[in-house]
Amino acid sequence: MYVEIIFHGRGGQGAVTAANVLAGAAVREGKWSQAFPHFGAERRGAPVRAYARISDEPISRHSQIYAADIAVVLDDKLFELVDIVSTVKKDGVIIVNTAEQKIDLDKGKRNLYCVDAVSIAKELGLIVAGWPVVNTAMLGAFSALTGIVSLESIVEEIKANWPGKTGEANAEAARRAYKLVSKCGV
Amino acid sequence: MPVKTLTGNKAVAYAARLARVKVVSAYPITPQTTIVETLASMIEHGEMDAKMIRVESEHSALAAALGAASAGVRAFTATSSHGLLYMHEVVWWTAGARVPLVMAIVTRAIGPPWNIHVDHQDIWDQRDSGWLISIAESNQEVFDLTVQAFRISEDERVYLPMMVGLDGFILSHTVAPVDMPEQHEIDEWLPERKQPYVITPETQYVMGNLATDEDYYMMRYSIQAAMEAAKDVIKEVDKSFGENFGRSYGGLVERYRVEDAKYHVIVAGSWAGDAKEAVNILRDEGYPVGLLRVRFFRPWPTEDIVDVVGSSKGVITFDRSVSFGARGHLFMETISSLGPLAGKLSVRGVIAGLGGVDVPAEEFAMVIREFIDEVEREGQVYDPAYWHLPSQYRDMYPSRVEEVVR
Repeated sequence: MYVEIIFHGRGGQGAVTAANVLAGAAVREGKWSQAFPHFGAERRGAPVRAYARISDEPISRHSQIYAADIAVVLDDKLFELVDIVSTVKKDGVIIVNTAEQKIDLDKGKRNLYCVDAVSIAKELGLIVAGWPVVNTAMLGAFSALTGIVSLESIVEEIKANWPGKTGEANAEAARRAYKLVSKCGV
Repeated sequence: MPVKTLTGNKAVAYAARLARVKVVSAYPITPQTTIVETLASMIEHGEMDAKMIRVESEHSALAAALGAASAGVRAFTATSSHGLLYMHEVVWWTAGARVPLVMAIVTRAIGPPWNIHVDHQDIWDQRDSGWLISIAESNQEVFDLTVQAFRISEDERVYLPMMVGLDGFILSHTVAPVDMPEQHEIDEWLPERKQPYVITPETQYVMGNLATDEDYYMMRYSIQAAMEAAKDVIKEVDKSFGENFGRSYGGLVERYRVEDAKYHVIVAGSWAGDAKEAVNILRDEGYPVGLLRVRFFRPWPTEDIVDVVGSSKGVITFDRSVSFGARGHLFMETISSLGPLAGKLSVRGVIAGLGGVDVPAEEFAMVIREFIDEVEREGQVYDPAYWHLPSQYRDMYPSRVEEVVR
């Protein structure tokens, strides 16, 4: 097993943190992993990306990821700004945080899945600096769809990163998204 | 301690703590890294028994570390890029003083223009200074090398400071699993600090005094002798570390799929991992290619180079730096090691990835494949400076700079 994952988000949304938590969760299961930001200037609100690799064996590659197996999109409006589809393999999976269930991927027929991580965050009071926290929910959705890393490992890694109530709320967001994520698109 | 996912920077900081560093000095402004930030936090929270000295420049950061080390404790600092260049004078003073010391270098490009990404120009710029210079491929190796650096630097056959290089962002800001031994295991493996002399208020040593020309000459001679002796020490330490912690890397170089190789890749740093993947790709295609990863730039692994590539059909070096007006650094060192043997094989010195330009495994494979095909087609190839340009410039400029001038 060797998979490459790309996270598309906006600066401040926690794309890099999500990649790091995923890598940590994979290591909890005895897997090898790597996570790193796209190395460039970052601004709050601007499109950013982060990468992760997960494997059963040690990972030698260090280059950026150009055609991921899975893309996790933290904001559906990014489709208007970034050519997200071109960053994913033709048979790859795209998981989007969206309240709408109709995202039109006119550039290719990637497997598209949706979850409303914003509503989950709001229900759990996960708001930081005015923004709903969506990155941890998206990891729950990732686990449900790919099975590469278990929900349990993701929850453990979240709690290790944020002790106390914050960790528990983020863990609950991952659990809810795990259940709610579904196939979408037109 | 279980395996943790850490950035390369944190791996360095934990290694320094486990080595029981007593003084950390740093200039806490860019281009400083989270290495020193992590150490400062551990000291502040009482998790590390050390003194943090905040200074006003990198020049002073190393001077303070040198002072502390001269007084008999393990001292540590870290820097990068322009910080390292600003420190350059004290880099020489430290090696000349023969004071064991360890410094981490997050390897990054040098301006202008500003560029903060990975490059080996900053670290190779220190090559003549009398420091041992190592460079890692992975976060695990960053951790292991940092711990080992204290034992190597403090060996009485060496008594020279050591740099541990980790590629900027590619290792420094990337999280990956790192297996860290427990404190007692490091304590058992790492001997008490030794050094040639200790300065105290009572001792009557003079540091950096004027010497006769002849004595100066002989002190230079002794640094060279220590560098030569360090080769065995590095191999011994690598072996002993492997016996205790299960990880050995091969000494001054790592040999990858070289057993039956007719062609060889020479490369250093994190992108050696991508180059290894390229070797795997080419092996699957039937190309008899292996890889030599340079772990120590100083002392330079002359004997390993001769041993592995002396009878090679072709050698291709990948440099993430250039000595303007000459060649890439690894290329020059390789040819100089081979001596008369160099005339018998084909060589290509590739200059790529400057300023962090990404070179994925498939691109490495393309460049290596082209070289081997060319040698097989045309016989001997001598191509000392081949610029593997960024893709958008490849059709606009020739790969050999001489052609631009003509």
